[in-house]
Amino acid sequence: MSDQHERRTPVSLTGLREDDPHLQPAARNPRLVERVIALTFLLGLALVVGFGASYWVNATPWILGATLGGGLFFLGVGLVAWGKYLMARGPFVEERHTLASSEADREAFVAAIVERGGGVVKRRKVLGGLLGGGLGAFGIVALFPLLRSLGPLPKGTLFHTDWRAGSYAVDQTGRRIHVTDLAVGSIVTVFPEGTQNTDRGQAVDQTVLIRLSNENFTTQKGRESWGPMGYIAYSKLCTHLGCPVGLYEQQLQLLVCPCHQSMFNVNNGAIPEFGPAPRPLPQLPLYIDAAGYIRSQSDYNQPVGPGFWERS
Amino acid sequence: MSDALVTKRSRKQAKGRYGVIGKAVDELDERLGVAKGGRGFLDKIFPDHWSFMLGEIALYSFVILLATGVFLSFYYIPSSAIVTYHGSYLPLDGQSMTASFASTVNLSFAVRAGLLMRQMHHWAADIFIGSMVVHMARVFFTGAFRKPRELNWTVGVTLLTLAIVNGFLGYSLPDDLVSGTGIRIAYSIILSVPVVGTYLAFFIFGGNFPGTAVIPRFFILHVLIVPGIMLALVVAHMVLMVRQKHTQFPGEGKTESNVVGSPLFPVFLAKTTGFMLIVTGVTALLGAFAQINPIWQFGPYDAARISYAVQPDWYMGFLDGALRIFPSWSFHSFGHTIPFEVTIPAVIFPGLVFGLAYAWPAIERRVTKDNAMHNLLDRPSSRPKRTAAGAAVLAAMSMLFIASSTDVIANFFHVSLNTVLWSMRVLVLISPFVAYPIAYKIASEMNATRGAGRRKTVNVVTRTEEGEYVATPAPAYADDVAHDLAPTPVPDFIEVTPPEQPPSDGVRTIDR
Repeated sequence: MSDQHERRTPVSLTGLREDDPHLQPAARNPRLVERVIALTFLLGLALVVGFGASYWVNATPWILGATLGGGLFFLGVGLVAWGKYLMARGPFVEERHTLASSEADREAFVAAIVERGGGVVKRRKVLGGLLGGGLGAFGIVALFPLLRSLGPLPKGTLFHTDWRAGSYAVDQTGRRIHVTDLAVGSIVTVFPEGTQNTDRGQAVDQTVLIRLSNENFTTQKGRESWGPMGYIAYSKLCTHLGCPVGLYEQQLQLLVCPCHQSMFNVNNGAIPEFGPAPRPLPQLPLYIDAAGYIRSQSDYNQPVGPGFWERS
Repeated sequence: MSDALVTKRSRKQAKGRYGVIGKAVDELDERLGVAKGGRGFLDKIFPDHWSFMLGEIALYSFVILLATGVFLSFYYIPSSAIVTYHGSYLPLDGQSMTASFASTVNLSFAVRAGLLMRQMHHWAADIFIGSMVVHMARVFFTGAFRKPRELNWTVGVTLLTLAIVNGFLGYSLPDDLVSGTGIRIAYSIILSVPVVGTYLAFFIFGGNFPGTAVIPRFFILHVLIVPGIMLALVVAHMVLMVRQKHTQFPGEGKTESNVVGSPLFPVFLAKTTGFMLIVTGVTALLGAFAQINPIWQFGPYDAARISYAVQPDWYMGFLDGALRIFPSWSFHSFGHTIPFEVTIPAVIFPGLVFGLAYAWPAIERRVTKDNAMHNLLDRPSSRPKRTAAGAAVLAAMSMLFIASSTDVIANFFHVSLNTVLWSMRVLVLISPFVAYPIAYKIASEMNATRGAGRRKTVNVVTRTEEGEYVATPAPAYADDVAHDLAPTPVPDFIEVTPPEQPPSDGVRTIDR
């Protein structure tokens, strides 16, 4: 018991006799452990070589990963076991010395900073002030190119889309939508003609066109002429974070945003019925021209997409 | 001198006792003076405890990230230029997409071991942040952040923040349908910042979303700037740890003024190198057998399309959950809009959480008025209030994480989305108030029970000459002596004091 106790007492690394129990391996049967470790090393070596071979013959990724991963894993297990069972078992102890300096050293250091530095600045106040002012000004003006060059000013770009009076609604392939194209209850994503392949068209102008009936459809008061022949168009950008409102629940007449589950009722002007979206989807006023194509009366009457500071 | 005298032995003597290595050290020491410090470093003692390996997992995942990331950067093209894909993945053949998406598909299918490297990189990122969080919890619950290690805690919290940011940046680079939606959400979150939001968003994205600047910018941030800062901070984290030495759990022979464990060379070095190989091996196995982020299935980003069940990587889950369950409280007045439905959950809330993490050492010091140096760790049960506070934060964050899959939960359990949403709102709000008292109760009960967490010692029953049986407690197990060492005391008013117990408690004397 006391012998065991002595072994468990931490000792310093230096000045140990070679036969000190702390320097002996932890394993009770080192020969056996050695053999097991040799086996894992062999396995690891074989797998690592196997990785090389399977890379050479361009094997499938899972064979590459299995050989590489397995090889490293077995080498690692063997090495950990070597360290744990066959090396000096310890425990060893090391003293912790206080990191803090002596009072005198500390005071000398502070004195050097305050007196030398302070002395310089105090004696040459004007110089110090001018230098500080110059460097401070540089710090501020250096920010201008760093920030301002990064991008254009927002200006009014967030307030408008590319829909104009008379824009043809086209689908992603550029085909104009004709009044006979949609059956009641169907939906298509449209863009103002000419933008369907542009970044801006896809990111800002995207609009859902839904046919709700065969008659003119009014979603809200004052929008009596916006839904000819039951064609209704809403901005496809969720007013929460701008994800495309891509899911249409036909039976519930809801447009659903798959990102955070905001739901908009298409019958009453896309007022949000559920979820974190704060505003209805803006509605695009439509008309049908003499040839039967769906066109916009004007741009949206408010900014599309998520909220921002300048939006009223 | 005759040739006969040049024996094996004399040659060995000419080289000195330690041969080539001895010679090299001589040369180096004459110039740089490395011997004394080097010896001290080899003798540096590392305490043994499984929980000290959590930080090692993080460190080695970081190394894997650097290595696999270098490989990926040879094949990835950070460009939003539109190209037509004609590669080995036939379902996408002939589609137009950005060069970044095409190159990611290409490096997955046409580059040897490319897919393995990409999947290892992604797995390593998830493991990296995961192990950082668990390591942080270990440091928190054992009080390892206390004086003198507050600075290293700060470095650690910064590393976690940067790792999350860099994870998001890297996740965005393939420019697939799911990550592109993530970038759009990030853009809208930046847009939501009051007063300067639009300017910030336009400067970061080089104009309106999506623009062509964002992929090259995210790339250079992801591969150079953020990892550069992180590498410097990782080095600082290590240097501070070596300089201040490790903390250790109380135990036999362990005091505030020593470190007990294994020396760096060779014991710890063998173990930790082996552990690095194991972490790398497991990451490679995951990369081989567990598919992660199959971007070719999502397809290239198209701002007008979206897929169902859009979820970010796990470490962004709490943010997504917060965005999902926060009510639509937009503020409009005076000609301005503050989208509180975005600003509060996605800007102010994470700011508060990380601010709390940064401030915790200072807060605890102020509350406990404990200004002493601490090198011995607490058992979590001996600090019930801290443990309960940590449990409360973890509970709320876990609930937010679960809230990031409200739609999946609703589908899976066939309940309405509304029910799930309201349940998650309630759970997020009450979970900390449930977790705190439970953790507090468990911790203080454990603290108050003598022998809790210890193996029970047997009674040795002996028969006296008069025929009387006497039970005497057997000596404690050698391993358990550790538990008898009390952690550093703190003032009574802060923590509950264990009730006075009779000294023979825990030993039942059986009277017959």
